[in-house]
Amino acid sequence: MARIGKILRRTFLIGSAAIAGGVAFGVYYVNRPAPNPLKPGEGEAALNPFVLIDQNGVTLFAPRAEMGQGVKTTWAALIAEELDVDLDQITVLHGPAAAAYYNSALMGESLPNKGYDISDFQHNLGEALGVVGRALSLQVTGGSTSMKDGYERMREAGASARETLKLAAAERLGVDPTQLKTASGHVIAPNGDKIAYTELAADAATLEPVEAPLRDPSEWRYLGQSQPRLDMAEKATGTAEFGVDVRLPDMKFASVRMNPKLGGTMNGFDDSAAKTMPGVEKIVDLGNGVAVIANNTWLANQAVEAIDVDWGDAPYPPETDAIFASIAKAFDDSPNSTMRDDGDVDTLPEGATEITAEYQLPYLAHATMEPMNATALFTGTKLDLWCGNQAPTLIRMRVANVANLDTEAVEIHTTYLGGGFGRRGELDFGEIATKVAMTMPGTPVQTTWSREEDMRHDYYRPGALARMRGAIKDGKAVLIDGKVAAQSCTQQAVGRYTGLPAGGPDKVLVEGFFNQPYAVPNYRMSGHIAALDIPVGFWRSVGNSHNGFFHETFMDEMAHAAGRDPLEFRLELMQNEHAPSAGCLEAVREMSGWTGKTPGGVGRGVAFTYSFGTPVAQVIEVVDEDGTIRINKAWIACDMGLALDPENVKAQMFGGMMYGLSAACFGEITFSEGEVEQFNFPDYEAIRMHTAPQVEVRVLETNRHMGGAGEPGTPPSMPALGNALFDLTGERARSLPLINQFDILI
Amino acid sequence: MATTLKINGTSHQVDLPDDVPLLWVLRDEVGLTGTKFGCGVAACGACTVHIDGEAVRSCQVALSDVWGDVITIEGTGSPDSMAAIQQAWVDHQVAQCGYCQSGQIMQAAALLAENPSPSDTDIDDAMQGNLCRCGTYPRIRAAIHDAAAKLKEA
Repeated sequence: MARIGKILRRTFLIGSAAIAGGVAFGVYYVNRPAPNPLKPGEGEAALNPFVLIDQNGVTLFAPRAEMGQGVKTTWAALIAEELDVDLDQITVLHGPAAAAYYNSALMGESLPNKGYDISDFQHNLGEALGVVGRALSLQVTGGSTSMKDGYERMREAGASARETLKLAAAERLGVDPTQLKTASGHVIAPNGDKIAYTELAADAATLEPVEAPLRDPSEWRYLGQSQPRLDMAEKATGTAEFGVDVRLPDMKFASVRMNPKLGGTMNGFDDSAAKTMPGVEKIVDLGNGVAVIANNTWLANQAVEAIDVDWGDAPYPPETDAIFASIAKAFDDSPNSTMRDDGDVDTLPEGATEITAEYQLPYLAHATMEPMNATALFTGTKLDLWCGNQAPTLIRMRVANVANLDTEAVEIHTTYLGGGFGRRGELDFGEIATKVAMTMPGTPVQTTWSREEDMRHDYYRPGALARMRGAIKDGKAVLIDGKVAAQSCTQQAVGRYTGLPAGGPDKVLVEGFFNQPYAVPNYRMSGHIAALDIPVGFWRSVGNSHNGFFHETFMDEMAHAAGRDPLEFRLELMQNEHAPSAGCLEAVREMSGWTGKTPGGVGRGVAFTYSFGTPVAQVIEVVDEDGTIRINKAWIACDMGLALDPENVKAQMFGGMMYGLSAACFGEITFSEGEVEQFNFPDYEAIRMHTAPQVEVRVLETNRHMGGAGEPGTPPSMPALGNALFDLTGERARSLPLINQFDILI
Repeated sequence: MATTLKINGTSHQVDLPDDVPLLWVLRDEVGLTGTKFGCGVAACGACTVHIDGEAVRSCQVALSDVWGDVITIEGTGSPDSMAAIQQAWVDHQVAQCGYCQSGQIMQAAALLAENPSPSDTDIDDAMQGNLCRCGTYPRIRAAIHDAAAKLKEA
């Protein structure tokens, strides 16, 4: 365990030394096949961890969290493409928590390169690093990695299963496998006879799996084209099962209250009023919080609210201002990382004009539509946990520890997620539900957090500060010297997951900051870690969510100071640095009919962020309607390299943008007396039907490597909107949310 | 004392205190989990159901105050037999995480029952109480227009 902890720590916060160690470790492990977690029953054949065939049909396993990004459909399409089954004739399940379902792409993302400029060698290195993900059994959905992760592995799983089925048919028919074809779940004999996979599966399972080359993309039937999502009918009819919808015989319902002074102790509580309230069956002392088990969630919640608790203080400054003063202090220390340091930023080039700006962004909650919850059944020797989650193997390890069981005695049942956005990669909701259920052995208990509990006990997107200094000369940026300061969500998360301290340069803190494809000769970008104990975590696009705003607002300020069109100013710096990125800017210029000029009452802004391997440009238009500002239109262009499902990519792009616009306009978590001041949606508004812009998305495919889709739409939305407001009003947004400064339609 | 509710055409005897919101009667007592809990304060619309055809936030209606027949998403259509509005949701591939969509669909169904040809402004007015953190609004709007057109043809 100690060694794994060390590798985890190193590889999350990667330095060059760790790469070598990681690969070596991985090579050792990758040659040991992970055990197949599927345990076929009588008449069933599990051809590999992703394909199960029985007499009733074909079941594919897509062990990634379906949280809205369409992974279930596209992973199934990757397998089906090679297996030759029809998507509407198969069942797709998430499957158990298992080492075989490790994420091979997540670790590659932690390499300290810029991404857009990587060579094929580095790309391969990134793929090799994926084996570390396997060695650590990191079955994680995050980092916009699912397609990069599954692209080859899932097609290989399908191809291997297909060829093995053909071999079984060949033996039965006494012919050579090369004489056989496959289509729609059948092997087709030379004479045209068809044998269903379901009839061949038992024989195939006794054979050594056959390796097979992958088909040329020109032969694809599913990939590269949009597929109807497999979860759509369920989600349109209320039959999709989310964690909170799990219903088991004789189950009970619980509600929880943890210390609102986050991380503080519980000094004591008085439950005399709660005990006698209707429906109440049990009061649970969680040590650092209380829960009530009842016969109804609402009655449980009424009772838990009636408990009088004496909470200890939080381990961080109790007021927002003091918290940000503490973050600002991090600038006084030497940087944690300087991942870009080109030219000489200490000397102002002769004849250049210097520009400086400071920015401040708030803490943010994830605010998934489905509040945190989990259902646990503890028998004393076994634990079953049902929940939507982004990290089944990690949550299994955690709840096994809580219940003092081996991980083999714990089964994780992953449901649909009512939003993830990074929040459901945490382990707290599973841990709390386990502790609650352990007080009622043999009875399943569902613990649901109130919206208030959810909003006030998040792992927040860290509040962040930036100090930017730049120089322009002859209408061009010739120097950028940027510093960002924030808590490190990566270091904190490694500590939470492994119980070990983490160190080293944190790439996530500076992503979207140091790795943008602009050719600026003097360019230094540094990250400073603020030492604070506010719980922070991975919020859709993570470091890019603040750095995109810092970088692209400052680009706009420089363009304005240079008297240049902000789109042309960017394009000129990008053209020779990274053509796919420039292509995105050119695309939104064309789509929006960008002229650099807007009529009175209309403002337009542009921004660009390269993140998760995908360049994204956005133009946003705002209109002044009798003094109230409405976001009218948005144009998005992204370059995916390869878009496996273009319509789904579009949905992720505009959805990611809306998530960013919600934060930009209204999102802010503040603290008073150590407690989060926001309780529910009225305090933490979001974009709604009447405030959402019309949107047009263009998906390009010129980039050399496949990019992610779930997160890259978020970062450029916030600066594009701020820049549009500057165009409309002449006032610069240097902090968010915008509602504090502008009269935004709400 | 048991209360009798008519839900999706079926009568249910419910033995819970009078002040339990309809949402929690549906979800935890009757077992109809298609209606979702999002906020508990009528700020998100995830719990929208119909009472006598009117779209209401079931988290705000106490059991003793339910004044008529209740229709939930399950009573609107099933995967094998979808209502036009649900089919439009599928045709336009609206849902992402899908958690808010039961409420969105129930709100949209009530809008179309009242106004068979809603304008974009009508849609803005009717749907602004229904939050979607995935930001599916452009496709919700398209699906409502499409369902309106199909219902008129029918």
